[in-house]
Amino acid sequence: MSEQELKVQEKKAAQPGDETTKTETYFAPHVDIYETEREVTVVADMPGVTVDGVDLSLEDNILTIQGHRAPHGQPGRLVLEEYEVGHYLRRFTVAEVIDQEKIAATLADGVLTVRLPKAVPAQPRKIEVKLG
Amino acid sequence: MPFVRFIDRPTFRNPWAEFERIRQGLDELSRSYAEKGKGPRANVYPALNMYEEADRLIVTAELPGVKAADLDLSIEGETLTLQGKRDRRQSEAGVSYHRREIESGSFSRAIALPVKVDAEHVAARLADGILIITLMKASAVTPRQIHVTAE
Repeated sequence: MSEQELKVQEKKAAQPGDETTKTETYFAPHVDIYETEREVTVVADMPGVTVDGVDLSLEDNILTIQGHRAPHGQPGRLVLEEYEVGHYLRRFTVAEVIDQEKIAATLADGVLTVRLPKAVPAQPRKIEVKLG
Repeated sequence: MPFVRFIDRPTFRNPWAEFERIRQGLDELSRSYAEKGKGPRANVYPALNMYEEADRLIVTAELPGVKAADLDLSIEGETLTLQGKRDRRQSEAGVSYHRREIESGSFSRAIALPVKVDAEHVAARLADGILIITLMKASAVTPRQIHVTAE
């Protein structure tokens, strides 16, 4: 097979900033982050999260991605448990200056894509010096 | 001449007691590992959870980024096979990656089901990156309600 085989990636637990009263499990989603001249894109795997469950914020250059999963009412007796179900949480410090107004996010097949357009730097103004 | 005072020697100790202490320590260690892992870890993608109800089995998997069209399920006897792939996103030119944790590629996993299932009645649903397969148990293994009548 020429294609790469997918491997099981271990889920790493994430710590919410403050202690919570409810003991809920948070995992750090696996991400891809890439940058073009115009924008920074963050892609995060958050299976089980719907649009309503996504919480995004950019404060003081810290991008917080949060995904809440609806409590799964999977009935029956658990006979095999190879993965744990939890919410998602991850924070990044964004080095670039981002145009906050234009941040856009899409969610498809449990994958969240956040586009953070870079703020256009002010055009340098040329100051003419006249001979006095 | 060294003076050996027998009275200072430790009282007789069971030489096996030390081994027993080590063994208990190891037991504790393995127990704490087992609790953290909470069950078997999957080696083959995807990791599966399985639930059993009186008349059905429910198998779930987290498959982010996998499209329903790229997923193949089959049942043969008591073996459920999941095959599929996750496409690599086309990357634009002039892109520099800072993090690359998401993998793409193909997967194939076969799992033995604990009971016989009715291959004709299988429902699978892939939504938001979660696959839920519902397999109805074969009628022979479904518990039958037996009515007890009072005489």
